[in-house]
Amino acid sequence: MKTPGATTTSISMPDLMTAWLRSHRNVAIQSLSNLLKNWLTSLMTMMVLGIAMGLPLLLYILLVNVLNLSENFDGKPRISIYLNKQLEEADIKRVLTVVNEHSNTQSFRYISPEEALADFQFRSNFVDVLNTLASNPLPGVVELIPSYTDPVKLRSQIMELEKLQEVDTVLADLLWIERLFSFIKLAESVVILLALILGLGVLLVLGNTIRLSIENRRNEIEVVKLVGGTNSFVKRPFLYLGFWYGIGGAISSWFLVHICLLFLSGPVELIAQSYRDHYALVGLTFLEGLVLFAVSSALGLLGAVLAVYRHLRIIDGSL
Amino acid sequence: MILFDNVSKRYPGGKEALSDVSFGIQAGEMVFLTGNSGAGKTTLMKLIIVLERATKGQVIVQDVNLNRISAKHIPAIRRNVGVVFQNHQLLFDRNVFDNVALPLYIAGFQHREVGRRVRAALSKVDLTQKEKAYPISLSGGEQQRVGIARAVVNRPSLLLADEPTGNLDPELSKEVMDLFIQFNQVGVTVVIASHDLGLISRLNKRQIKLHEGKLL
Ligand SMILES: Nc1ncnc2c1ncn2[C@@H]1O[C@H](COP(=O)(O)OP(=O)(O)O)[C@@H](O)[C@H]1O
Ligand SMILES: [Mg+2]
Repeated sequence: MKTPGATTTSISMPDLMTAWLRSHRNVAIQSLSNLLKNWLTSLMTMMVLGIAMGLPLLLYILLVNVLNLSENFDGKPRISIYLNKQLEEADIKRVLTVVNEHSNTQSFRYISPEEALADFQFRSNFVDVLNTLASNPLPGVVELIPSYTDPVKLRSQIMELEKLQEVDTVLADLLWIERLFSFIKLAESVVILLALILGLGVLLVLGNTIRLSIENRRNEIEVVKLVGGTNSFVKRPFLYLGFWYGIGGAISSWFLVHICLLFLSGPVELIAQSYRDHYALVGLTFLEGLVLFAVSSALGLLGAVLAVYRHLRIIDGSL
Repeated sequence: MILFDNVSKRYPGGKEALSDVSFGIQAGEMVFLTGNSGAGKTTLMKLIIVLERATKGQVIVQDVNLNRISAKHIPAIRRNVGVVFQNHQLLFDRNVFDNVALPLYIAGFQHREVGRRVRAALSKVDLTQKEKAYPISLSGGEQQRVGIARAVVNRPSLLLADEPTGNLDPELSKEVMDLFIQFNQVGVTVVIASHDLGLISRLNKRQIKLHEGKLL
């Protein structure tokens, strides 16, 4: 008795791989052209997907911009380093070198006790009182502007500076920046939560769309099985359909996000101007766009796989 | 070619559609399967292409015992059998060419080879000039012939037809029957289920008669 496989060698073995590839290419093109043929329905589904993915994406982008703003913002916390009194020139130099070489130092300025006094005299009416003092009571100060406002980075920088023996105290107003950062942390959690919930929504929408497509093509599936189509041949168009929906969803969410940013850029510029500053909202970077497309097409494929396996009975059916 | 050995088929929750059926069909034969509606003709054909499995007995087709075959090998079996089934007709969303080409796409034939074989099949059923037409624009007889072209495009050695003349008037029925005779003459084994006794008796071929699931 022959094995069943041996009875059908309509194509020779070396051809199998190219035949398989050709079949994939054909199915990919075929399912895309089917989508384009019913473009209105496809477009609506893709827009639903775009909204579901665009929402967390938009929040994410806004968050990125808030972080960006907090970096560029004039109101960055300043770190004031009060030095001990009566320091040698060399000691001051050493402190300044340490400050300069720190990775989180954007810029700094040394204010000598004399300068501080002059400034103080200029701005106050205590001239007489100060003149009665024998020596200058003010310490030298280093005013430092950090590169990053991340509170954790700032805290460690402050600790390091406080350890220097030439340094008396280090002062910085971290309260508002810490509040900002805990708010950002919360917003990050919201983005993740929203992405998970809406990702599930994307899966459901896709699953349902693919299920409808499977049911609409039940007759075709039966005929294909009748003339010797394998299960994977039957499933393939639906998997590609999911993939294309994912790509379409990514495109529409990309547009959604950038249209929203365009809409917001006016008001943002107004606020920036009130701070005598400029700020252009940033959109998705190339890499983020790539991640969006990868995640979205993977979601599409996953939704299709789930739908196909849930409705395998239609595909297997009595056939 | 086909061997049924004490085959019974009982549908889940139903009565026995075939009981203890035994017969053989030689390669190159043309055989009619006759009997009233409900006699088990369709069921018998479904067993040959593993659309259903026998509950008892052996079904052996082209030297393969279909009882032992796993689901994964079923497509390979079906690619070697041409089928014209009543309720699995043409796909109306594609033209005649693509309908006939379907089994070749599935088998992974090259584009050029697909075109060659589809045109050869269409010329056999005399529909060469209709390859771009959509099934909806064809007459019932033409649709049936497209179905036959699809069944033979893969050059199967076995051709099954379940009531192929069911909805056709006598003249078209005869044309369709002539087609099957032509395929049989070039060596294809042909099994046709039909209750068009008048037409069958004139053809003078072997008949396998079923009545309520039993051979007569
Ligand atoms: N899928 C099925 N489930 C249950 N009973 C069925 C099924 N298909 C056919 N039958 C029953 O099996 C018997 C034979 O049917 P069938 O093979 O279609 O006969 P024919 O093709 O000769 O009209 C009938 O009594 C029919 O009702
Ligand atoms: Mg029947």
